[in-house]
Amino acid sequence: MVKPVFLWTDTLLYVLVAAVAVLVWYVRRHEHLRAPWREVFRNRMGVAAMVVLAAYVTVGLLDSVHFRLPLESSAAGGERYSGQVLSVLDLLLTPLRTHQEETYSAPLATRLYSKETVRLPDGRDVRIYPRLRFGGAQLRDPARDRLPDIERTILRGVGFALLVWGALAAVVILVLARRHRWAPRAALQRVLAGRTDYPVHVALYTAGALILFASVTGHLAVHYHVFGTDKVGQDVFYETLKSIRTGLVIGTLTTLVMLPLAIVLGITAGYFRSWVDDVIQYIYTTLNSIPGVLLIVGAILMLEVYMANHPGDFQTVIARADLRLLFLCIILGITSWTGLCRLLRGEALKLRELDYVQAAQAFGVGHTKILARHILPNVMHIVLITVVLDFSGLVLAEAVLTYVGVGVDPTTYSWGNMINGARLELARDPVVWWSLAAAFLFMFGLVLSANLFADAVRDAFDPRAGGGRRGG
Amino acid sequence: MADVLLEIEDLEARIGAGPRAVRAVDGVSLRIRRGETYALLGESGCGKSMTALSIMRLLPAPAGRITGGRVLLDGIDLLGLSEARMRAVRGGRIGMIFQEPMTSLNPVLTVGEQIAESVRIHRGLRGGALRGRVLELLDAVGIPDARRRAGEYPHQLSGGMKQRVMIAIALAGEPELLIADEPTTALDVTIQAEVLELLRRLRAETGMALLLITHDLGVVAQTADRVGVMYAGQLVEEAARAPFFADPRHPYSRKLFDSVPTMAKRARPLAVIPGSVPELTATFSGCRFAERCARAWDACRERVPQWHRVADGHGVRCHLYDAALVAGAPGAAVSADAAADADTAAAAPAPEAGGHGPGGADLLRVRDLAVHFPVRSGLFARTRAKVYAVDGVSLAVGVGRTVALVGESGCGKTTVAKAILQLIRPTAGSVRFDGVELTALRGRALRARRRDFQIVFQDPYASMNPRMRVGEIVEEGMAALGLVADRAARRRRVAELLAQVGLSEPALSRYPHEFSGGQRQRICIARALAVDPRLIVCDEPTSALDVSVQAQILNLLKGLQDRLGLSYLFITHNLSVVSYLADEIAVMYLGRIVEHGPVSAVLAAPRHPYTEALLAAVPTLEAGAHRPVIRLEGDPPSPVDPPPGCHFQPRCPRAMPVCRERYPVGTVVGAGHEVRCHLYPGA
Repeated sequence: MVKPVFLWTDTLLYVLVAAVAVLVWYVRRHEHLRAPWREVFRNRMGVAAMVVLAAYVTVGLLDSVHFRLPLESSAAGGERYSGQVLSVLDLLLTPLRTHQEETYSAPLATRLYSKETVRLPDGRDVRIYPRLRFGGAQLRDPARDRLPDIERTILRGVGFALLVWGALAAVVILVLARRHRWAPRAALQRVLAGRTDYPVHVALYTAGALILFASVTGHLAVHYHVFGTDKVGQDVFYETLKSIRTGLVIGTLTTLVMLPLAIVLGITAGYFRSWVDDVIQYIYTTLNSIPGVLLIVGAILMLEVYMANHPGDFQTVIARADLRLLFLCIILGITSWTGLCRLLRGEALKLRELDYVQAAQAFGVGHTKILARHILPNVMHIVLITVVLDFSGLVLAEAVLTYVGVGVDPTTYSWGNMINGARLELARDPVVWWSLAAAFLFMFGLVLSANLFADAVRDAFDPRAGGGRRGG
Repeated sequence: MADVLLEIEDLEARIGAGPRAVRAVDGVSLRIRRGETYALLGESGCGKSMTALSIMRLLPAPAGRITGGRVLLDGIDLLGLSEARMRAVRGGRIGMIFQEPMTSLNPVLTVGEQIAESVRIHRGLRGGALRGRVLELLDAVGIPDARRRAGEYPHQLSGGMKQRVMIAIALAGEPELLIADEPTTALDVTIQAEVLELLRRLRAETGMALLLITHDLGVVAQTADRVGVMYAGQLVEEAARAPFFADPRHPYSRKLFDSVPTMAKRARPLAVIPGSVPELTATFSGCRFAERCARAWDACRERVPQWHRVADGHGVRCHLYDAALVAGAPGAAVSADAAADADTAAAAPAPEAGGHGPGGADLLRVRDLAVHFPVRSGLFARTRAKVYAVDGVSLAVGVGRTVALVGESGCGKTTVAKAILQLIRPTAGSVRFDGVELTALRGRALRARRRDFQIVFQDPYASMNPRMRVGEIVEEGMAALGLVADRAARRRRVAELLAQVGLSEPALSRYPHEFSGGQRQRICIARALAVDPRLIVCDEPTSALDVSVQAQILNLLKGLQDRLGLSYLFITHNLSVVSYLADEIAVMYLGRIVEHGPVSAVLAAPRHPYTEALLAAVPTLEAGAHRPVIRLEGDPPSPVDPPPGCHFQPRCPRAMPVCRERYPVGTVVGAGHEVRCHLYPGA
């Protein structure tokens, strides 16, 4: 059996997923909360972004189930486990993970990117571009066979993608047909013409594009390094997939840290005013006037000193790296709650003067109850909009901080680390561009879809945008 | 007719597209002659503003569009003009002023610049001539010291001044037609009187025509030459003013008159129009008013009524005036009328006139109540000045009686209400409720007393949490005060309460935004009633409502008082509501009560010059009965820096030297009638 490993960030991610599930259940039962979400699901751009985000989240969650495999040579007493912590994603990507080359190789290459001295069987030393151990290893004459083989593989990938997508579309259409009691043919026509309640066709097309990408790269990745390899010969595609989890963790867990601070302090400041307001305002003005990077550097340095002095506390390298990631989330959360807090304070200042709050006071309703029942639900749209908008900013912040050297642990896979490494790669000649390109492509996909989704959410929830239909 | 300036034929305007499109204006035809004041009268949502915007081709794009008809200005079809030529008409030949002067001016430009912009565009003046014209316009709209005012910013002007500036801007293009969309609705009654007077004068001086859009019968009576009544996107009656006020023909017009509260109607419930305005998305197969009309019969539901001329220049869209149909109507017109009246009378038994005796003990007794807000500024937020929002108010409310607190905006009425309810802690003075001093109570003890006094707010849209169901809203007070512990019993009680205010049980699980303004106000009343209060403070509960809905709410309040023996402190600026509902009246000016007494005495013979001016400013329905408007100089002073002596002295037409020296003491001038004015030295 495998031995499960619960990293801190894993646990918190599960908590977050559970919280989101509870929230979804709660929202479904309340019509006034459902209405704006329906608006989000009707927004074509929002649906497309959601499908892309869902793909990222799936990869991230698969990468958050960690365990240690048993060692096969565990004959002597009790089970012994490997020191290497793996995730479900690692298992799925085993070929990518284990296909380690010597050093740099370009995307889809069959030879290394740099010349090496190789001793030929006849004893001569030559400087050539040696064949890769795994990339295109099945080809007899790479120079002749590589391109036709790649073409064939791509075609196979496309074919497979069409099959999967067709099956998916059929299932979706049949489900729709059943639910609305349409004939399957009519359902198909409706979906194609976009005459459904929600833009199902947009979701299907986006999913189709994703499946196509996944299938083609997946087929290629068996025999090639789709995005090349890095300095130590690690597959870049694997690295960038592993980086997704880091990005998601930073983007979501930070908000988990930030939200309680921002919400509690923001609405109490706005509601109670007087000295409470003064104290809270002083806190966040002070915090805001210290450069955020300085705080982050200080905290990370302290943590490093702690980890250096207590090496025994960490069983594995990954646990150490994980603690540092968690710390980064916490410190980012502590430095970033002030903006939302200020917004909520302003809103609470406005709400406390509204008649329904006064009416509750006239009934003698207690302050905590007024805050919970009258103020909090009426600022939640601001919280939601801010959280979704902040997500992409945090993903980018991780990259910047890691590049500066105060971000995640150097052993953690992250886009920031990849970009940091690319600094030297871009300086060498010939230029190694693919690490940067892969990190950029995946980060861009995540941030763009998060931003588009945030736009859809804001349109639906912001009363001033006119999308949200609510009285008052 | 050569003297017709504007002719609208079968105008149709829709908002939105497809089957859900709202037919905001549906076949309106009218003519406005040169120099005439045409009043378009109707309740909210009847399409009167949409008609005005259609004339200007300013419908909110892209949702709104004109789908049919013609708008002829001097024979030129405005709907066919190019946008460039239409721009010259807007502000040039047709000027427009809007309801809200606060938001119609750009806050970062001086008023002079804003007027100059309009003059430059439409008259092409430059330099000295331009400046001269701006000053002329400011003079014309009665702004004193025009040279200085032209350099000021909108926030330095009062509401009435801003509306004058808006009128000056509209006049800049020397329009032949001025469209005024509810020009005085946002203003106090004394300022309303001034603005209406100004519009009358300008019309006489310039000979322009005026299209006045309003919901206020009083404003129509004072200003209009001709009246058009709109209902659900159509014109239902049109007549010259005098015949209209003497004998309104359409059942809707009659109901509108009947639902205006007056002193004479005190003894019986006001006439109400049942139901609500139909959805304008539907196509109508009959009369639009049929569902709510007491005199409707089968023909009204089956055939669309045509326009009938009942007299010269008097038209009605009603089957009652169709000779061919009226024969088939059950009973003669007169008897139907009587039946309708009997209906309303039976619906709620009339309380006997003056049914509320003087009452035994006073339930609420307020003495020398003062609320001062500190104005803080500077580094350590030191108190630099004080706002004397309420400065020595004394009043008493007896059991089962209604006391009206009347005054213009900013005089401190609402602050008095909140201070009595201890929502704002008073700076000084005493509030005794049933013998208990509320200002001394704290925490739990105060919370326990809260069930005895409740409040109903002005804005039914802001007074309910949009995220709670109606059931939860009504229940909240009971739960907070721990009155009914059992959840099921609480639910039953909530259903009972909703029935009491005329709402059905399904309303419980719906959200506030699903209700109309009048229904929301009913829910607010039910919420206040939930804790069995003995006193309800009503803070302008009807000022956001249409007159027919106002009548429903007033009837409800009166009925509840008769049944439950409630006392009301009724805060309002609407004197007709006061005359209908209140037993006593207290007139407030700048934080103090200047006159106090029984309603009949104060309204019939006001003593204080401010009360006199206030009463004179209220437009009355009696057409032609032009009472002289007592013009008040200037604006209400700021409560930060009240004038020396009597607060009213700077604006008072009858001020004497002594008024500048000290504040007058109270003088009793009749049974329970007290006034604070130096004109009545101590008896």
